[in-house]
Amino acid sequence: MAMIEFQDVQKYYGSFHALKDINLKIEAGETVVLIGPSGSGKSTLIRTVNGLETIQKGKLIVNGQDLANKKTDINRIRKNVGMVFQHFNLYANKTVMENIMLAPRIVLHRKEDENRKIALELLDRVGLRSQAEKLPAQLSGGQQQRIAIARSLAMRPKCLLFDEPTSALDPEMIDDVLNVMKDIARDSDMTMLVVTHEMGFAREVANRVVFMDDGRILEDDSSEKFFDGEPSNERARQFLGKIITH
Amino acid sequence: MISIFQNYGGELLTGLGQTLLCSIIALIFALIIGSAFAIMETMPNKAARIIARVYIEVFRNIPLLVITMFFYVVIPMYIVKISGFASGTIGLTLYSSAFIAETVRSGIQSVDPGQMEGARANGLSYWQSMRYIILPQAFRYVIPPLGNQFINLVKNSSVLAFVAGFDLMYQANVIASDSLKSMSTYLCVGLLYLVLTLPLSYYMRHLEKKLA
Repeated sequence: MAMIEFQDVQKYYGSFHALKDINLKIEAGETVVLIGPSGSGKSTLIRTVNGLETIQKGKLIVNGQDLANKKTDINRIRKNVGMVFQHFNLYANKTVMENIMLAPRIVLHRKEDENRKIALELLDRVGLRSQAEKLPAQLSGGQQQRIAIARSLAMRPKCLLFDEPTSALDPEMIDDVLNVMKDIARDSDMTMLVVTHEMGFAREVANRVVFMDDGRILEDDSSEKFFDGEPSNERARQFLGKIITH
Repeated sequence: MISIFQNYGGELLTGLGQTLLCSIIALIFALIIGSAFAIMETMPNKAARIIARVYIEVFRNIPLLVITMFFYVVIPMYIVKISGFASGTIGLTLYSSAFIAETVRSGIQSVDPGQMEGARANGLSYWQSMRYIILPQAFRYVIPPLGNQFINLVKNSSVLAFVAGFDLMYQANVIASDSLKSMSTYLCVGLLYLVLTLPLSYYMRHLEKKLA
């Protein structure tokens, strides 16, 4: 069964039609990169997957549950679907360790010693064990983003959403974050949906590339076809031409 | 002034005690009630927001004295007999809670919305997010204005004088008419109010520095 499935999804902000006729199926374990110009609806789309944005029409099935159904317990979906934000959104009042351990403790009721052990392993994995007792404000953007990824992983999710995870970072820190993401994409059966402009990342680890413009999905290709062949959609070709020559 | 302290020490001490007691009770309950309405005002639920808005606008736009007289005169007529001290303390609590609600609401709204999104996306419920992430940050922001509200509350407890609450202000009026030394009496009482409010003010500053 697909991990995420959009069926004729429509999203409106008042009279503005933000997502138009979205049909998209992402299988468990896939890594899908979502690209497109600003305002094309990529962030809106990814935010519907964990219910940060609601949809007005259609079906959106995540991990077997329909988000359009009002009876669906959104907190249950969020246990299995982590999210990494452009601006990190680490808990400003908690240390790095507490950021990672809080949700497993109060949502999953994970035992304290096990929780601590998992958090430390994750800190090792993102290369930041030495920062365990710092506050987020004491870390660089790249470090904060790696902590945010560790925080999501601590919930042991089936699926991770990344909403422009490197857009707010200095160029020198982007690679550290991308390396952690590549590591996750490669070594686990994690499903990943990533909004990014990092074409190197997309080419290297994505199974598929989805191109959006003006609230619609215009292109949905394997990454080989998208980068080495050519996107069939004219607008997607234009966009790709522009960001690759940069 | 010294003679006032010497001759009316008992009355002043009672007054100080009553003012302190009223202030502590009102402060605790106004903080709880005010925070509750502040949270309601920031909730996604529209009905909760409307109820909070009405409560706050009613109690912060009616003079404290009117609210207090309502509890002192009207409630005993129809419902239950309560003392002057109780009616003054209830009036002060409701009045102050409206201002505290506004202060705490501004604190909640000054927390970056990304904090709530981060917490919700991390799997926390709305209430867990409020408790562990939003409110601790909000209270840190509002300590300075909250300090002002606490000091106002202590001073406003002088409303007890109108309803025979035996507080400092009440004793001041009694002593002034008895001793005929108005100036020294009110100076003494002013000094005693400072004894209550200055440490409070100092403590709030200390808290602000500690948590900054």
